[in-house]
Amino acid sequence: MKKPNINVEVHHVTRVEGHGNIYVNVKDGIIEKCEWNISEAPRFFEAMVAGRNWNELHHITSRICGICSIGHTLASLRATEAAMGIKISDQDLKLRKIALHAENLQSHILHLGFLVLPDLMGVGSVIPLASSNPEEVKTVLQLHRLANEMSNLLCGRTTHPQRLIPGGFSKIPSLKELKELKKKLQDSVPKLQAVAELFKSVAPKLPDFQRETEFIALTKPDEYALYDGDIASSDTGKAPASEYLAFTNEYIVPISTAKRAKHARESYMVGALARLNINFDRLSPLAKKTAGMFGLKPVCHNPFMNNIAQLVEVVHSVEDSIRLIDELEAAGLQSQPDYHQPEITVKAGHGVGAVEVPRGILFHDYTYNQKGVCTKANCVIPTNQNHGNIELDLKALLPQVLDKTEKEIELSLEMLVRAYDPCISCSTHCVRVHFV
Amino acid sequence: MKPKVAFFDFAGCEGDQLQVANLEEELLTLLGQVKVVSFREVMKEHSDNYDIAFIEGSCTRLQDEDRLKQIRKNAKIVVAIGSCATIGGINCIRNYKDLDEVRKTVYGENAKLFDTYAARPIDAVIPVDAYVHGCPIDKDEFLQVVKSLLLGKKPDIPTYPVCVECKKNENVCAFERGQFCVGPVTRAGCNSCCVNEGTVCWGCRGLVDNPNENAQKEVLIKNGLTVDDAIGKFRLYFGWQERKR
Repeated sequence: MKKPNINVEVHHVTRVEGHGNIYVNVKDGIIEKCEWNISEAPRFFEAMVAGRNWNELHHITSRICGICSIGHTLASLRATEAAMGIKISDQDLKLRKIALHAENLQSHILHLGFLVLPDLMGVGSVIPLASSNPEEVKTVLQLHRLANEMSNLLCGRTTHPQRLIPGGFSKIPSLKELKELKKKLQDSVPKLQAVAELFKSVAPKLPDFQRETEFIALTKPDEYALYDGDIASSDTGKAPASEYLAFTNEYIVPISTAKRAKHARESYMVGALARLNINFDRLSPLAKKTAGMFGLKPVCHNPFMNNIAQLVEVVHSVEDSIRLIDELEAAGLQSQPDYHQPEITVKAGHGVGAVEVPRGILFHDYTYNQKGVCTKANCVIPTNQNHGNIELDLKALLPQVLDKTEKEIELSLEMLVRAYDPCISCSTHCVRVHFV
Repeated sequence: MKPKVAFFDFAGCEGDQLQVANLEEELLTLLGQVKVVSFREVMKEHSDNYDIAFIEGSCTRLQDEDRLKQIRKNAKIVVAIGSCATIGGINCIRNYKDLDEVRKTVYGENAKLFDTYAARPIDAVIPVDAYVHGCPIDKDEFLQVVKSLLLGKKPDIPTYPVCVECKKNENVCAFERGQFCVGPVTRAGCNSCCVNEGTVCWGCRGLVDNPNENAQKEVLIKNGLTVDDAIGKFRLYFGWQERKR
């Protein structure tokens, strides 16, 4: 057989923190180049927030990502609250955790239903699925709508939350609204099972690809850590979130506007699979059962299984939100005045907020002067932490698929990038593969 | 024949395209009226043959201008969606800083590798036919604008400030609560959504066509605030509009 010459240029595979490109060059069957770079226009948030007031930072940094705006807002608030020693009530903590679940659900369902499912069903988008599989698409849309209703209820919006402010909430839902939400979440469980069955029927199409890597995620002894916790590495153990720089070690690749990160190895992975690998024992019962349907258990080194880990987390977020609402009900929801502004003593300080957002661990790190003006900021974004790992996975996957057809190679590379969910649109792109 | 539409994004968070995806069932209805030929958030296919281009994000680099001009050439109608595209938005905060310093802050000694210039709205580079304001856009307003365009009508965008809607909603004025709000000079159309949620208007829909600056000054003085307070808040979203004025 003729050894292939392949020139793959995948322009704008990604966006999130950028438009991403894959460059592959194979000559006589030998890989000469396999690169993943981000060409998105840089946005300079760290420079933008310097000079801004403490009560504006969460509003500004929410705009880093429209899909993870709740996560960015929470990481930002937690950094500001850590810097100024601001405490929030147990009730607000629970409400924030539900808000984070809402985002996880919204993001994961959109990714799984709109981006992954079309791959597994062999079509280019969810649009043809709407006519070929109307029931399934309807179920996905219903779950997505429920997640958005949840965001609306907790944050006042689906994107770029308003109610989340330093020290707590400007407005909280009523107990009646929370009970209605709980009922909807309970009613969604059979729908989740239907979606899980659908994925199980197509899961064999996920490539059986393995590459050992390091996983990093937040961890807590008593819960599946999302809102807070220590940083845990599958290679080196735990450390407080304030020591994040020792883990992220960001560096710059000239071809790419997005930074990269490495820790114990050449690269590491963050996101649903990393969380599941590190915190599997603390998943909700139904979530564990869902993982069992796919034989997914720690430590899984197949990045394509990140999709299934997201599915497992969807179930966890629904079940855990029900539990949190139960607890709020049991404790009796304390009302608060309209246009609530928590009492805050502005002071100088430095604080780090680490939150698990849909695509992985997110850090915001702020320094404030005595007037509460931000003098220095650093944000480490999950997708950036994954870039190095994506590239090494592409390099490991490519030789395994070289004997496949043009279309199959194209799909494999795209699916790998998509599995990381670098951000929603990131994945839906034209890969042009040329066999010379 | 159904009009062909395409979505494009420049420097922004893609939260506006997410609002379009959030239309959910209504998106399927919309898909009955138009043919989407390019929309990275939901589809793999792409075509350069389109009638309406929706553009999200600001232009922040010289190299992106060519892409914008090409879109203008291809499309019959160009619609800017979201603050970054309609008014420059949050991205323009950095326009008030030394851009070399800005690059160094983020990329250190590698700063020179990353081109940038003052962030700007889409109509600073190419003519724009219609606007969907907001950060993020409101999905219902988006649908209204699309409907108008499909009917060949000019979309109806309010020319009065957010205060009008806020008063109608019977909110307690932010100034009376001791907070600063740019509602008096910000274009309405959002139904004062942020104030309704217990916060303030941040200005994401941009300055209203003829902002009543004297009235805003009166409000400031009455509430013991200074021009510096105002400048800080104005530069959150109005950076490009302020500089142009």
